[in-house]
Amino acid sequence: MSVPRFWRHISSRYNLIGTRCNTCGEYYFPPRTMCPNCRRDGSIEEYQFKGYGEVVTYTIIHTASEGFDMQTPYPLAIIQLDEDPRMTGQVVCDNDEIAIGMRVKPIFRKLGEDGAAGIIYYGTKFIPA
Amino acid sequence: MTVGIVSYGAYIPRYRIKVSEIAKVWGADVQSITGGLRVQEKSVPDLDEDTATIAVESARNAINRGGIDPSRIGAIYTGSESHPYAVKPTGTIVADAIGAAPNLTVADFEFACKAGTAGIQTCMGLVESGRIDLGLAIGADVAQGAPGDALEYTAAAGGAAYIIGRDPDQLVAEIEGTFSFTTDTPDFWRREGMPYPEHGGRFTGEPAYFKHITSAARGLLTELNTTPADYDYAVFHQPNGKFPRRVAASLGFTSEQIDPGIVVTTFGNTYSASCMIGLAAILDIAAAGDRIFMTSFGSGAGSDAFSFRVTDRLDGIRSGAPSISDLLAEKEYVDYATYARHKGKIRL
Ligand SMILES: [Zn+2]
Repeated sequence: MSVPRFWRHISSRYNLIGTRCNTCGEYYFPPRTMCPNCRRDGSIEEYQFKGYGEVVTYTIIHTASEGFDMQTPYPLAIIQLDEDPRMTGQVVCDNDEIAIGMRVKPIFRKLGEDGAAGIIYYGTKFIPA
Repeated sequence: MTVGIVSYGAYIPRYRIKVSEIAKVWGADVQSITGGLRVQEKSVPDLDEDTATIAVESARNAINRGGIDPSRIGAIYTGSESHPYAVKPTGTIVADAIGAAPNLTVADFEFACKAGTAGIQTCMGLVESGRIDLGLAIGADVAQGAPGDALEYTAAAGGAAYIIGRDPDQLVAEIEGTFSFTTDTPDFWRREGMPYPEHGGRFTGEPAYFKHITSAARGLLTELNTTPADYDYAVFHQPNGKFPRRVAASLGFTSEQIDPGIVVTTFGNTYSASCMIGLAAILDIAAAGDRIFMTSFGSGAGSDAFSFRVTDRLDGIRSGAPSISDLLAEKEYVDYATYARHKGKIRL
Protein backbone atom coordinates (compact mmCIF):
# COMPACT_ATOMS: atom_id res chain seq x y z
CA MET A 1 0.00 0.00 0.00
CA SER A 2 1.35 3.43 -0.88
CA VAL A 3 1.57 6.21 1.73
CA PRO A 4 -0.70 8.61 -0.25
CA ARG A 5 -3.30 5.90 -0.83
CA PHE A 6 -3.39 5.09 2.88
CA TRP A 7 -3.52 8.78 3.85
CA ARG A 8 -6.54 9.48 1.60
CA HIS A 9 -8.50 6.76 3.43
CA ILE A 10 -7.56 7.67 7.00
CA SER A 11 -11.01 8.96 8.02
CA SER A 12 -12.84 5.87 6.77
CA ARG A 13 -10.22 3.53 8.27
CA TYR A 14 -9.99 5.29 11.65
CA ASN A 15 -13.62 6.25 12.15
CA LEU A 16 -15.70 4.26 9.65
CA ILE A 17 -16.80 7.43 7.90
CA GLY A 18 -19.23 6.59 5.11
CA THR A 19 -22.24 8.36 3.66
CA ARG A 20 -26.04 8.21 3.90
CA CYS A 21 -28.70 9.30 1.43
CA ASN A 22 -31.30 11.46 3.16
CA THR A 23 -33.81 10.84 0.37
CA CYS A 24 -34.04 7.03 0.52
CA GLY A 25 -32.22 6.42 3.82
CA GLU A 26 -29.58 4.07 2.34
CA TYR A 27 -26.13 3.92 4.02
CA TYR A 28 -22.88 3.56 2.04
CA PHE A 29 -19.52 2.17 3.15
CA PRO A 30 -17.12 2.83 1.55
CA PRO A 31 -18.64 6.29 1.04
CA ARG A 32 -20.47 7.12 -2.20
CA THR A 33 -20.95 10.66 -3.41
CA MET A 34 -23.96 9.75 -5.62
CA CYS A 35 -26.94 7.62 -4.47
CA PRO A 36 -27.58 4.86 -7.05
CA ASN A 37 -31.26 4.62 -5.95
CA CYS A 38 -32.14 8.28 -6.17
CA ARG A 39 -29.59 9.49 -8.73
CA ARG A 40 -30.15 13.20 -9.17
CA ASP A 41 -32.76 13.39 -6.36
CA GLY A 42 -30.41 11.90 -3.80
CA SER A 43 -29.06 13.97 -0.93
CA ILE A 44 -25.79 12.48 0.27
CA GLU A 45 -24.41 13.30 3.73
CA GLU A 46 -21.34 12.11 5.64
CA TYR A 47 -22.17 9.45 8.22
CA GLN A 48 -20.02 7.87 10.95
CA PHE A 49 -20.89 4.19 11.38
CA LYS A 50 -21.18 2.96 14.98
CA GLY A 51 -19.08 -0.09 14.08
CA TYR A 52 -21.42 -2.62 15.69
CA GLY A 53 -22.46 -5.54 13.51
CA GLU A 54 -22.47 -9.26 12.83
CA VAL A 55 -20.11 -11.72 11.17
CA VAL A 56 -21.67 -12.83 7.86
CA THR A 57 -18.83 -15.11 6.83
CA TYR A 58 -15.11 -15.43 7.52
CA THR A 59 -11.88 -17.08 6.49
CA ILE A 60 -8.63 -17.75 8.34
CA ILE A 61 -5.71 -15.92 6.76
CA HIS A 62 -2.48 -17.95 6.89
CA THR A 63 -0.33 -15.93 4.52
CA ALA A 64 -0.46 -12.14 4.49
CA SER A 65 1.60 -9.61 2.59
CA GLU A 66 4.83 -8.42 4.21
CA GLY A 67 4.19 -5.98 7.03
CA PHE A 68 0.73 -7.44 7.63
CA ASP A 69 1.91 -10.91 8.62
CA MET A 70 2.70 -10.42 12.30
CA GLN A 71 -0.57 -11.95 13.48
CA THR A 72 -1.04 -14.83 11.05
CA PRO A 73 -3.06 -16.99 11.20
CA TYR A 74 -5.97 -14.62 11.94
CA PRO A 75 -9.68 -14.44 11.06
CA LEU A 76 -10.78 -12.02 8.33
CA ALA A 77 -14.54 -11.53 8.16
CA ILE A 78 -17.29 -9.89 6.18
CA ILE A 79 -19.18 -7.85 8.74
CA GLN A 80 -22.72 -6.66 8.25
CA LEU A 81 -22.92 -3.33 10.06
CA ASP A 82 -26.13 -2.63 12.00
CA GLU A 83 -26.87 0.22 9.56
CA ASP A 84 -26.76 -2.36 6.71
CA PRO A 85 -23.58 -2.03 4.60
CA ARG A 86 -21.10 -4.90 4.60
CA MET A 87 -17.37 -4.44 5.03
CA THR A 88 -14.30 -6.64 5.27
CA GLY A 89 -12.43 -6.50 8.55
CA GLN A 90 -10.07 -8.40 10.81
CA VAL A 91 -11.65 -9.85 13.94
CA VAL A 92 -9.29 -9.90 16.91
CA CYS A 93 -10.08 -13.21 18.64
CA ASP A 94 -8.91 -16.82 18.67
CA ASN A 95 -9.34 -18.63 15.37
CA ASP A 96 -11.71 -21.15 16.98
CA GLU A 97 -13.74 -18.42 18.68
CA ILE A 98 -15.06 -16.71 15.53
CA ALA A 99 -18.46 -17.87 14.23
CA ILE A 100 -21.05 -16.82 11.68
CA GLY A 101 -23.59 -14.58 13.38
CA MET A 102 -21.17 -13.43 16.11
CA ARG A 103 -21.77 -9.85 17.31
CA VAL A 104 -18.75 -7.55 17.00
CA LYS A 105 -17.74 -4.01 17.97
CA PRO A 106 -14.94 -1.79 16.67
CA ILE A 107 -11.44 -1.35 18.11
CA PHE A 108 -8.48 0.81 17.03
CA ARG A 109 -5.45 -1.31 16.14
CA LYS A 110 -2.31 -1.48 14.02
CA LEU A 111 -3.15 -2.88 10.59
CA GLY A 112 0.46 -3.32 9.52
CA GLU A 113 3.67 -1.50 8.77
CA ASP A 114 6.10 -0.88 5.93
CA GLY A 115 9.03 -2.65 7.59
CA ALA A 116 10.92 -1.36 10.62
CA ALA A 117 11.68 2.03 9.04
CA GLY A 118 8.41 2.65 7.18
CA ILE A 119 5.02 4.05 8.05
CA ILE A 120 2.71 2.29 10.52
CA TYR A 121 -0.85 1.75 9.30
CA TYR A 122 -3.61 2.11 11.88
CA GLY A 123 -7.31 1.53 11.55
CA THR A 124 -10.45 -0.25 12.68
CA LYS A 125 -10.62 -3.93 13.51
CA PHE A 126 -13.38 -5.78 15.34
CA ILE A 127 -13.60 -7.65 18.62
CA PRO A 128 -16.39 -9.86 19.97
CA ALA A 129 -19.10 -7.56 21.41
CA MET B 1 -10.97 30.66 37.97
CA THR B 2 -11.89 26.99 38.37
CA VAL B 3 -10.28 24.20 36.39
CA GLY B 4 -10.74 20.47 36.57
CA ILE B 5 -11.58 17.12 35.04
CA VAL B 6 -14.59 17.03 32.70
CA SER B 7 -14.23 13.33 31.86
CA TYR B 8 -11.76 10.44 32.07
CA GLY B 9 -11.14 7.09 30.41
CA ALA B 10 -8.65 4.25 30.59
CA TYR B 11 -7.61 1.22 28.59
CA ILE B 12 -5.66 -1.94 29.51
CA PRO B 13 -4.81 -4.71 27.02
CA ARG B 14 -6.61 -7.93 27.92
CA TYR B 15 -3.60 -10.25 27.96
CA ARG B 16 -1.81 -10.87 31.27
CA ILE B 17 1.27 -12.78 32.31
CA LYS B 18 1.88 -13.92 35.87
CA VAL B 19 5.09 -12.63 37.41
CA SER B 20 5.71 -16.19 38.63
CA GLU B 21 5.76 -17.37 34.98
CA ILE B 22 8.53 -14.86 34.16
CA ALA B 23 10.48 -15.77 37.30
CA LYS B 24 10.34 -19.49 36.40
CA VAL B 25 11.82 -18.81 32.93
CA TRP B 26 14.82 -17.06 34.48
CA GLY B 27 15.19 -19.58 37.28
CA ALA B 28 14.50 -16.90 39.88
CA ASP B 29 12.85 -17.56 43.25
CA VAL B 30 9.13 -16.89 42.69
CA GLN B 31 8.34 -16.09 46.34
CA SER B 32 11.12 -13.55 46.73
CA ILE B 33 10.28 -11.83 43.42
CA THR B 34 6.51 -11.51 43.92
CA GLY B 35 6.93 -10.77 47.63
CA GLY B 36 9.64 -8.19 47.01
CA LEU B 37 7.82 -6.37 44.20
CA ARG B 38 4.28 -7.00 45.49
CA VAL B 39 3.17 -7.47 41.89
CA GLN B 40 1.24 -10.63 40.93
CA GLU B 41 0.66 -10.15 37.20
CA LYS B 42 1.03 -7.55 34.46
CA SER B 43 -0.73 -6.59 31.25
CA VAL B 44 0.72 -7.57 27.86
CA PRO B 45 -0.19 -5.74 24.65
CA ASP B 46 -1.61 -7.68 21.72
CA LEU B 47 0.60 -7.95 18.60
CA ASP B 48 -1.27 -5.07 16.95
CA GLU B 49 -1.35 -2.77 19.99
CA ASP B 50 1.10 0.03 20.70
CA THR B 51 1.12 3.36 22.53
CA ALA B 52 -0.93 5.02 19.77
CA THR B 53 -3.74 2.42 19.79
CA ILE B 54 -3.81 2.42 23.61
CA ALA B 55 -3.92 6.26 23.66
CA VAL B 56 -6.80 6.24 21.15
CA GLU B 57 -8.85 3.67 23.10
CA SER B 58 -8.29 5.60 26.38
CA ALA B 59 -9.28 8.90 24.72
CA ARG B 60 -12.38 7.35 23.14
CA ASN B 61 -13.44 6.03 26.55
CA ALA B 62 -13.03 9.55 28.01
CA ILE B 63 -15.07 11.09 25.19
CA ASN B 64 -17.82 8.47 25.44
CA ARG B 65 -17.99 8.64 29.23
CA GLY B 66 -18.51 12.40 29.25
CA GLY B 67 -20.53 12.59 26.03
CA ILE B 68 -17.99 15.17 24.84
CA ASP B 69 -18.15 16.82 21.41
CA PRO B 70 -14.54 16.16 20.22
CA SER B 71 -14.44 19.38 18.19
CA ARG B 72 -14.36 21.27 21.53
CA ILE B 73 -10.89 19.85 22.27
CA GLY B 74 -8.30 22.54 21.52
CA ALA B 75 -5.16 20.69 22.61
CA ILE B 76 -3.93 17.10 22.92
CA TYR B 77 -0.78 16.19 24.85
CA THR B 78 0.25 12.53 24.83
CA GLY B 79 2.87 11.54 27.38
CA SER B 80 4.81 8.31 26.84
CA GLU B 81 8.28 6.84 26.77
CA SER B 82 7.27 4.41 24.03
CA HIS B 83 5.87 6.60 21.25
CA PRO B 84 5.70 4.40 18.12
CA TYR B 85 7.59 6.93 15.99
CA ALA B 86 10.82 8.71 16.97
CA VAL B 87 9.61 11.56 14.73
CA LYS B 88 5.83 11.89 14.10
CA PRO B 89 3.62 12.69 17.05
CA THR B 90 1.33 10.03 18.53
CA GLY B 91 -1.12 12.88 19.17
CA THR B 92 -1.73 13.38 15.44
CA ILE B 93 -3.09 9.82 15.24
CA VAL B 94 -5.20 10.35 18.37
CA ALA B 95 -6.60 13.67 17.10
CA ASP B 96 -7.81 12.11 13.85
CA ALA B 97 -9.07 8.91 15.48
CA ILE B 98 -11.26 10.77 17.99
CA GLY B 99 -12.52 13.33 15.50
CA ALA B 100 -10.83 16.33 17.14
CA ALA B 101 -8.68 17.27 14.11
CA PRO B 102 -7.81 19.59 12.44
CA ASN B 103 -8.40 22.83 14.43
CA LEU B 104 -6.29 22.15 17.50
CA THR B 105 -2.70 22.08 18.78
CA VAL B 106 -0.95 18.74 19.40
CA ALA B 107 2.40 17.73 20.87
CA ASP B 108 3.88 14.61 22.43
CA PHE B 109 5.51 14.78 25.84
CA GLU B 110 8.36 12.76 27.27
CA PHE B 111 9.28 12.68 30.94
CA ALA B 112 9.62 8.98 31.78
CA CYS B 113 6.56 8.01 33.86
CA LYS B 114 5.24 11.53 34.51
CA ALA B 115 4.79 12.80 30.94
CA GLY B 116 1.02 12.32 31.21
CA THR B 117 0.66 14.47 34.35
CA ALA B 118 2.82 17.15 32.70
CA GLY B 119 0.17 17.04 29.95
CA ILE B 120 -2.58 17.67 32.54
CA GLN B 121 -0.69 20.72 33.83
CA THR B 122 -0.23 22.11 30.31
CA CYS B 123 -3.94 21.66 29.57
CA MET B 124 -4.76 23.42 32.86
CA GLY B 125 -2.77 26.48 31.80
CA LEU B 126 -4.39 26.72 28.36
CA VAL B 127 -7.87 26.14 29.78
CA GLU B 128 -7.46 28.57 32.70
CA SER B 129 -6.19 31.32 30.44
CA GLY B 130 -9.24 30.85 28.23
CA ARG B 131 -7.13 30.03 25.18
CA ILE B 132 -8.89 26.68 24.65
CA ASP B 133 -12.27 25.25 25.70
CA LEU B 134 -11.14 21.69 26.53
CA GLY B 135 -7.73 20.01 26.64
CA LEU B 136 -6.96 16.27 26.46
CA ALA B 137 -4.02 14.85 28.41
CA ILE B 138 -3.04 11.20 27.90
CA GLY B 139 -0.52 8.95 29.57
CA ALA B 140 0.06 5.73 27.60
CA ASP B 141 2.87 3.20 27.40
CA VAL B 142 3.89 -0.23 26.23
CA ALA B 143 6.77 -0.42 28.66
CA GLN B 144 9.94 -2.31 27.80
CA GLY B 145 12.24 -4.23 30.09
CA ALA B 146 15.20 -6.19 28.76
CA PRO B 147 14.74 -9.99 29.02
CA GLY B 148 15.98 -11.12 32.42
CA ASP B 149 16.26 -7.55 33.78
CA ALA B 150 14.40 -6.68 36.99
CA LEU B 151 12.19 -4.32 34.96
CA GLU B 152 10.80 -7.24 32.98
CA TYR B 153 8.75 -8.42 35.97
CA THR B 154 6.71 -5.23 36.07
CA ALA B 155 6.93 -3.41 32.66
CA ALA B 156 3.32 -3.36 31.44
CA ALA B 157 0.98 -1.66 28.97
CA GLY B 158 -1.97 0.68 29.51
CA GLY B 159 -3.31 4.17 29.12
CA ALA B 160 -5.45 6.84 30.76
CA ALA B 161 -6.95 10.02 29.31
CA TYR B 162 -8.25 13.11 31.09
CA ILE B 163 -10.33 15.88 29.53
CA ILE B 164 -9.62 19.18 31.27
CA GLY B 165 -12.07 22.09 31.26
CA ARG B 166 -13.07 25.14 33.28
CA ASP B 167 -16.91 25.38 33.20
CA PRO B 168 -17.93 24.66 36.83
CA ASP B 169 -21.16 23.05 35.61
CA GLN B 170 -19.21 20.48 33.60
CA LEU B 171 -16.48 19.45 36.06
CA VAL B 172 -16.57 16.02 37.68
CA ALA B 173 -13.55 16.89 39.84
CA GLU B 174 -12.10 20.31 40.50
CA ILE B 175 -8.29 20.61 40.51
CA GLU B 176 -7.55 22.59 43.68
CA GLY B 177 -3.85 22.93 42.99
CA THR B 178 -0.69 21.42 41.53
CA PHE B 179 2.95 21.56 42.60
CA SER B 180 6.05 20.17 40.86
CA PHE B 181 9.56 19.26 41.96
CA THR B 182 12.27 18.63 39.33
CA THR B 183 16.04 17.96 39.44
CA ASP B 184 18.73 16.47 37.18
CA THR B 185 18.93 12.94 38.63
CA PRO B 186 20.20 10.12 36.37
CA ASP B 187 18.25 7.23 37.94
CA PHE B 188 16.86 5.74 34.69
CA TRP B 189 17.39 6.56 31.04
CA ARG B 190 17.33 5.30 27.48
CA ARG B 191 19.58 6.64 24.74
CA GLU B 192 18.25 7.21 21.20
CA GLY B 193 18.15 3.94 19.22
CA MET B 194 18.55 1.67 22.24
CA PRO B 195 15.71 -0.86 22.63
CA TYR B 196 15.65 -1.07 26.44
CA PRO B 197 16.19 1.47 29.21
CA GLU B 198 19.10 1.42 31.65
CA HIS B 199 18.73 2.12 35.34
CA GLY B 200 20.92 3.01 38.26
CA GLY B 201 19.95 -0.03 40.38
CA ARG B 202 19.60 0.99 44.04
CA PHE B 203 19.96 4.61 42.98
CA THR B 204 16.33 4.56 41.71
CA GLY B 205 14.83 4.51 45.20
CA GLU B 206 15.86 7.08 47.79
CA PRO B 207 17.36 10.01 45.79
CA ALA B 208 14.90 9.60 42.92
CA TYR B 209 11.41 8.20 43.63
CA PHE B 210 11.16 9.01 47.35
CA LYS B 211 12.86 12.41 47.33
CA HIS B 212 10.87 13.78 44.38
CA ILE B 213 7.44 12.47 45.37
CA THR B 214 7.91 13.58 48.98
CA SER B 215 9.10 17.06 47.96
CA ALA B 216 6.28 17.66 45.46
CA ALA B 217 3.64 16.27 47.84
CA ARG B 218 4.86 18.36 50.81
CA GLY B 219 5.07 21.42 48.55
CA LEU B 220 1.41 21.09 47.56
CA LEU B 221 0.19 20.31 51.08
CA THR B 222 1.98 23.44 52.33
CA GLU B 223 0.65 25.60 49.49
CA LEU B 224 -2.95 24.46 50.03
CA ASN B 225 -2.54 24.38 53.81
CA THR B 226 -3.88 20.82 53.92
CA THR B 227 -2.72 17.65 55.70
CA PRO B 228 -3.04 13.98 54.63
CA ALA B 229 -6.04 13.69 56.97
CA ASP B 230 -7.97 16.15 54.77
CA TYR B 231 -8.02 13.60 51.93
CA ASP B 232 -10.28 10.60 51.34
CA TYR B 233 -7.93 9.00 48.79
CA ALA B 234 -4.31 9.27 47.69
CA VAL B 235 -2.49 7.80 44.71
CA PHE B 236 1.23 7.72 43.89
CA HIS B 237 3.30 6.48 40.97
CA GLN B 238 3.52 2.68 41.15
CA PRO B 239 6.73 1.14 39.75
CA ASN B 240 5.96 -1.81 42.09
CA GLY B 241 3.62 -2.49 44.98
CA LYS B 242 6.13 -1.52 47.66
CA PHE B 243 7.25 2.03 46.79
CA PRO B 244 3.80 3.72 46.79
CA ARG B 245 2.92 2.16 50.15
CA ARG B 246 6.22 3.27 51.67
CA VAL B 247 6.07 6.84 50.35
CA ALA B 248 2.41 7.14 51.42
CA ALA B 249 3.23 6.00 54.94
CA SER B 250 6.18 8.39 55.24
CA LEU B 251 3.96 11.30 54.19
CA GLY B 252 1.26 10.27 56.70
CA PHE B 253 -1.34 8.69 54.40
CA THR B 254 -3.04 5.49 55.58
CA SER B 255 -3.48 2.23 53.67
CA GLU B 256 -7.27 2.89 53.61
CA GLN B 257 -6.53 6.06 51.62
CA ILE B 258 -4.19 4.46 49.09
CA ASP B 259 -5.45 0.86 48.62
CA PRO B 260 -8.28 1.77 46.17
CA GLY B 261 -5.75 3.42 43.81
CA ILE B 262 -3.14 0.64 43.88
CA VAL B 263 -3.37 -0.95 40.42
CA VAL B 264 0.21 -2.21 39.96
CA THR B 265 -0.50 -5.54 41.73
CA THR B 266 -2.77 -6.72 38.91
CA PHE B 267 -1.74 -4.61 35.88
CA GLY B 268 1.99 -4.07 36.44
CA ASN B 269 3.77 -0.76 35.98
CA THR B 270 2.05 1.08 33.13
CA TYR B 271 4.69 3.87 33.29
CA SER B 272 3.12 7.14 32.02
CA ALA B 273 -0.34 5.75 32.76
CA SER B 274 0.50 4.41 36.23
CA CYS B 275 -0.94 6.92 38.71
CA MET B 276 -3.42 8.22 36.09
CA ILE B 277 -5.00 4.73 36.00
CA GLY B 278 -4.88 4.69 39.81
CA LEU B 279 -6.75 8.02 39.82
CA ALA B 280 -9.34 6.56 37.40
CA ALA B 281 -9.87 3.60 39.79
CA ILE B 282 -10.56 6.13 42.57
CA LEU B 283 -12.91 8.24 40.42
CA ASP B 284 -14.80 4.99 39.69
CA ILE B 285 -15.83 4.84 43.37
CA ALA B 286 -15.44 8.36 44.83
CA ALA B 287 -18.44 10.36 46.11
CA ALA B 288 -19.26 14.05 45.75
CA GLY B 289 -17.13 16.16 48.07
CA ASP B 290 -14.33 13.55 48.35
CA ARG B 291 -10.80 14.91 48.10
CA ILE B 292 -8.08 13.01 46.24
CA PHE B 293 -4.32 13.56 46.44
CA MET B 294 -2.13 12.40 43.54
CA THR B 295 1.63 12.53 42.93
CA SER B 296 3.34 11.20 39.82
CA PHE B 297 7.05 10.44 39.41
CA GLY B 298 9.16 10.47 36.27
CA SER B 299 12.78 9.38 36.24
CA GLY B 300 15.31 11.95 35.30
CA ALA B 301 13.67 13.17 37.63
CA GLY B 302 10.51 14.97 38.67
CA SER B 303 7.14 14.74 40.41
CA ASP B 304 3.82 16.51 39.87
CA ALA B 305 1.40 16.65 42.82
CA PHE B 306 -2.33 17.40 42.44
CA SER B 307 -5.26 17.94 44.75
CA PHE B 308 -8.77 17.11 43.46
CA ARG B 309 -12.24 17.63 44.87
CA VAL B 310 -15.03 15.46 43.41
CA THR B 311 -18.24 17.25 42.35
CA ASP B 312 -21.79 15.91 42.29
CA ARG B 313 -21.56 15.48 38.50
CA LEU B 314 -19.26 12.43 38.71
CA ASP B 315 -22.11 10.00 39.47
CA GLY B 316 -23.90 11.01 36.28
CA ILE B 317 -21.07 10.13 33.88
CA ARG B 318 -19.35 7.24 35.65
CA SER B 319 -21.10 4.37 33.86
CA GLY B 320 -20.49 5.78 30.35
CA ALA B 321 -17.24 3.82 29.83
CA PRO B 322 -15.58 0.69 31.26
CA SER B 323 -14.41 1.05 34.88
CA ILE B 324 -10.96 -0.08 35.98
CA SER B 325 -12.53 -3.13 37.60
CA ASP B 326 -14.28 -3.93 34.28
CA LEU B 327 -10.88 -3.75 32.55
CA LEU B 328 -9.38 -5.84 35.34
CA ALA B 329 -11.97 -8.59 34.91
CA GLU B 330 -11.51 -8.79 31.12
CA LYS B 331 -8.33 -10.86 30.90
CA GLU B 332 -6.64 -13.84 29.32
CA TYR B 333 -3.35 -15.33 30.52
CA VAL B 334 -0.42 -15.98 28.18
CA ASP B 335 2.73 -18.05 28.74
CA TYR B 336 6.27 -16.70 28.40
CA ALA B 337 6.69 -17.86 24.79
CA THR B 338 3.54 -16.02 23.66
CA TYR B 339 4.52 -13.02 25.76
CA ALA B 340 7.97 -12.87 24.17
CA ARG B 341 6.40 -12.91 20.72
CA HIS B 342 3.98 -10.14 21.71
CA LYS B 343 6.75 -7.97 23.01
CA GLY B 344 8.94 -8.63 19.98
CA LYS B 345 11.65 -10.07 22.21
CA ILE B 346 11.97 -12.96 19.78
CA ARG B 347 11.99 -11.97 16.12
CA LEU B 348 10.03 -14.65 14.28
ZN1 LIG C 1 -31.03 7.66 -2.10
